[in-house]
Amino acid sequence: MAMLERVETTLDELKHLVSEQAFEGDTLLLNMGPQHPSTHGVLRLLLELDGEIIVNCIPDIGFLHTGIEKNMEAKTYAKAEVMTDRLDYLNTMGNNLAYCLAVEKLAELDVPERAQVVRVIFAELQRIASHLVWLGTQALDLAAMSVFLYCFREREYILDIMEMCSGQRMMTTYIRPGGLWRDVPVEFEDAVRKFIAYMPGRIQQYEDLLTKNPIFIDRVRGIGKMTREQALAWGATGSTARASGIDYDIRKVQPYSGYEQYDFDVPTHTDGDVYARYLCRIEEMRQSVKIIDQAINRLPMGPFCSNNRKFVPPPRSELSRSMEAVIHHFKLWTEGYDVPKGSVYSVVESPRGELGVMLESDGGPKPYRIKWRTPSFSHIQLLSWIAKGHYVADLVAIIGSVDIVLGDTDR
Amino acid sequence: MENDALKQAVQDMEAHFGGQANEFRGQVQVLVAPDKIVAAAQTLRDGHNFEIMADITAVDYGPDASPRFHVVYQFNSISEHIRLTLRVPLDGNEPTMDTMTGVFLNANWLERELWDMFGIRFEGHPDLRRILMPYDWEGHPLRKDYPLGYEEVQFTFNYDEIDQRKPRPKE
Repeated sequence: MAMLERVETTLDELKHLVSEQAFEGDTLLLNMGPQHPSTHGVLRLLLELDGEIIVNCIPDIGFLHTGIEKNMEAKTYAKAEVMTDRLDYLNTMGNNLAYCLAVEKLAELDVPERAQVVRVIFAELQRIASHLVWLGTQALDLAAMSVFLYCFREREYILDIMEMCSGQRMMTTYIRPGGLWRDVPVEFEDAVRKFIAYMPGRIQQYEDLLTKNPIFIDRVRGIGKMTREQALAWGATGSTARASGIDYDIRKVQPYSGYEQYDFDVPTHTDGDVYARYLCRIEEMRQSVKIIDQAINRLPMGPFCSNNRKFVPPPRSELSRSMEAVIHHFKLWTEGYDVPKGSVYSVVESPRGELGVMLESDGGPKPYRIKWRTPSFSHIQLLSWIAKGHYVADLVAIIGSVDIVLGDTDR
Repeated sequence: MENDALKQAVQDMEAHFGGQANEFRGQVQVLVAPDKIVAAAQTLRDGHNFEIMADITAVDYGPDASPRFHVVYQFNSISEHIRLTLRVPLDGNEPTMDTMTGVFLNANWLERELWDMFGIRFEGHPDLRRILMPYDWEGHPLRKDYPLGYEEVQFTFNYDEIDQRKPRPKE
């Protein structure tokens, strides 16, 4: 009995979100998720169905909420960075970068050239890795099993490069305020060169499997259409917006980490459907390879992190020689460093879109308030508008195409 | 502030909406009164090409501070390539302000998150429910007077005592 009452209260709360017919029993309310293979994580969608057509789609998020923003307020700047990896677990380097850019902006830290180039290489490797997961799961949702296996083979190679440098496959915390954690090892350059040599051929293989495949095209063309105006009003960013004809890439218009020195194109499309998003992301992978190619050829020698000992801990080798280094080491790892009072908003182009960090400092060693403006959050919200009028089977394609990560959404 | 479009937008905010602009680390922030924010956003969108509202968030300065909250809006112009931040001071422990959903559709979830995390009510919001926390949660976690929290360890000698005050979902 208690169970029944609870269901009624829930429906009552959602009364304004479903149509009148739902209460007369003409349409069906169906839960998709929170445990469903095609929701890409713990996402629950409450669907109102008229036959097989979606009348209303009500996303329900928060199952993965871990209070990362609250936790970061209680940690020093150095310790809080570890939490950034756990946000968008397919874009760990990108999250590190966004956080470091915000801290560097507040503290006015300089980053040496070598660190900037390595940052760009990792941001682009991470973009390819993230797009590979997207491509694999999108194809898997549409029952193209083998693409998934190929994508994960290449992604594993990228994760190997990350492990080589940071010791971790995914939770890297490699980019630090002021530079990098360590210098890249000697094998790094060869590994990256090997990767960019074979990756374009592999991207061609995925395209051979999908781009002109009539079964794939039937499932994605004309599905989940979004016009330019809709994309702007619904807060779409990144390749989801670029597929709707919005020529906007933060790497181009608001360059960070020296992106203005690289030559690359921003692929856009005007159709705004699932297929357009697919084409945009495939081309983005090619452009990322191009950027990595330019970056690895210009990788300068020199320091890998700032010499500012008030923010960056001294290298281990100095500790046995210099008393000052010991003091800095102790201070930086216990009470942390004070960051000037103020508030900044720094953005990077994550594989999913605009990843923003609003960081406010009260002058102390801990962030007073940090807010992550995550692309997945606005893209899941967009599902409720975009899914209307489509079949349930197409919803699966649409969820895949907006490329959501639930850790990114729920924070 | 070397960009002309940005300068115009800021001047407009200062002249018509009583905004107070300040620049920090190359970013412009304008303080706007709570009753003028929706009109200000409308002007930014229609008159100054700020097509995207990237984010709404809030900062809590603690229960003793006045104003207690700052609501922070991030606007982005993709045609002019500029960004502008509007900050709205809000006083009181149960603040209310007008919703932005009429101007920017994507304000819907962002404002729900603010209600959930900070307890800021938005008048005229179509669907003001909790979004990240469970629907029967008590309190607003990102407020400064909300504890970080931990779970007390239950031993045999204090099992019942702790069991009684454990938070549970409402039946």
